[in-house]
Amino acid sequence: MLKLSIFIIALASPADADVASAVQGHILPGLDRFATATADLAALDTCDPAPLRANWNAAADAWQGVAHLRLGPVEDEGRVLAITFWPDPKGIGARQTAAVLAAEDPQILAPERLKDQSVALRGLTGMERLLFPAAPLQSDYACALTHALADDLARIAMETRAGWETGFADTLLHPGPGQRYLSDLEAKQALLTALITGIEFNADARIGRPLGDFDKPRPERAEARASGRSARNLMLSLIALRDFASHLAEAPKTAAALDRAANQAQTLDLAGLNDPQLWLKADILRQNIKAAKDTAMAEIAPALGVGIGFNAADGD
Amino acid sequence: MQRRGFLGSLLAGALAPGLGWADAGSPAYLAAAENPDGLHELHGLSLSGESLFALPLPARGHAATAHPTRALAVGFARRPGHFALVIDCALGREVARLTPPDGIQFNGHGAFSSDGSTLYTSEQRADTSEGQLGLWETNGWQRIHEIPTHGIGPHDIRRLPYSDDLLVANGGIATDPTDRTKLNTASMRPNLARITPEGALVNLAELPVELAQNSLRHLALLPDGRAACAMQWEGDSAETPPLLVLWQDGQLRMCPVPATEAFGMQNYAGSIAASAGRIALTSPKGGVVQVFGQNGEFLQTLHRPDACGVAAAPGGFTLTDGHGVLSRLTENLVPLRQAPVKWDNHLIAIG
Repeated sequence: MLKLSIFIIALASPADADVASAVQGHILPGLDRFATATADLAALDTCDPAPLRANWNAAADAWQGVAHLRLGPVEDEGRVLAITFWPDPKGIGARQTAAVLAAEDPQILAPERLKDQSVALRGLTGMERLLFPAAPLQSDYACALTHALADDLARIAMETRAGWETGFADTLLHPGPGQRYLSDLEAKQALLTALITGIEFNADARIGRPLGDFDKPRPERAEARASGRSARNLMLSLIALRDFASHLAEAPKTAAALDRAANQAQTLDLAGLNDPQLWLKADILRQNIKAAKDTAMAEIAPALGVGIGFNAADGD
Repeated sequence: MQRRGFLGSLLAGALAPGLGWADAGSPAYLAAAENPDGLHELHGLSLSGESLFALPLPARGHAATAHPTRALAVGFARRPGHFALVIDCALGREVARLTPPDGIQFNGHGAFSSDGSTLYTSEQRADTSEGQLGLWETNGWQRIHEIPTHGIGPHDIRRLPYSDDLLVANGGIATDPTDRTKLNTASMRPNLARITPEGALVNLAELPVELAQNSLRHLALLPDGRAACAMQWEGDSAETPPLLVLWQDGQLRMCPVPATEAFGMQNYAGSIAASAGRIALTSPKGGVVQVFGQNGEFLQTLHRPDACGVAAAPGGFTLTDGHGVLSRLTENLVPLRQAPVKWDNHLIAIG
């Protein structure tokens, strides 16, 4: 009878510098910045939109630094969606905000109640609708909802940071029996997947959705259009991904490709894609980001000794 | 191995029909894999994940199916497939190699009739992706004929209990004649077709039009005659439609998950199994398994990187993944063994 040597899962090998560098140099500092920025936003008790917008923008900036890390504590309790609910092609968030503003139910503003409200109502995207409305919102209730959402967001950011610091960082750094990742390779693959997915999201969603077709651009689909952050989110995300990539491996080509893309993103108005010139520029940037993804796969995957999952990549 | 050499090719054909699954070491599962040399194999696994035999495949495999009584397994090629290997699992040898007729591709799955006299292979026409089942007699492995599946791009097929009718998941996706490039995701119309062995359509279940881009791909039979189907969403990635649908006599019922759980699967269910009153859906893209009750109510999400293969086990499920790990899922997910292979998409329970 043919036999395949099969072994009981052995003790894991020691922590790896690649994963350790990404966790300590990129992930934890980024989560700390996000927790601090959202705490600063929650600390405001004014209804004056100017300081609220400033602190909300700072929180949104900080989020782009870690938004690609869709693993670990953000996977639980729908946290990642409760932080930002985009894309939202059916406009679920806008409908929920309108309904809550119309009902003016003070009870749902209590933290224990708000955290059970729809993820589409909450987070940065929910607050954006209140801070950058098409028509001014002057009710006390809108201001109270803004504060309640800020508290909720700060709580989620704090829980996410705590979840990493007290558990998930170790899960990645010390894989082994009884852990979510059984080996270094599994932990590395999880981070590589986060990097590649993060780069793809910028090309396919942030640019691809408003890009539409040359004959039918869809600028109304641009992310964070109301706050004018469409290009800024893209640029900050590319900068963060470059930092992430550089912590994962010695990756000069990937860093250069992402740097170039971030520079191009700086001057791109994704809300102005009806202009054919701009459309072409955006399409070129989309292709450059795709190329940066290929560069990252070619450069970082072999350095880490892993690829995208055998089955994940197969798709059937 | 000595046995295999001793018997030689002459005896194999004559003896094979007499050997049952016990002679093959009573494997509980079949699974395709890639070994450390990059070569592809079909393994028979014990309940605890020990490999009882491993036979070479000419190229990457996908699923397999086991004969109801004889120790025969058929391993199917990855799509677009050009081989199906009939393997005598007791003798450890290839019995027959099936190839599709010109202009036809195997689609990775197949099933036996209840008496084991007929093998059905999921197929499509290369030029149109029109679906058909190939019928093969299982003594000399000659192709008998084919019957239409009443859909485009059929994938998984199952023989329904208490009948010889077949349930076919017509995935709806038309592909390039030479590769897997998808040609019609904007206009696709997948369906589940119940057909008789003669090819007559008993009923055909289609998704509502807003979910028509949900490719119906993999099937699990429920003990009461219903079936569960796992889907892969080809529509707007911003939407998170249900990936599980229950089939009953040609009627479909969608089984959504709470919004907080919706993105974990990455809109992709790779495999499905039903066991112990529960249904498990795997997503290698999300590195998760979602568990449902037998009426489709969501129960829990569990993590396992690159998990795809899933099959029934006592009290729950056995899972395989691309890291070579075989896990047991009861209330929790517990890795049992790791082999130096990458387990491929499906884990097939024998019996």
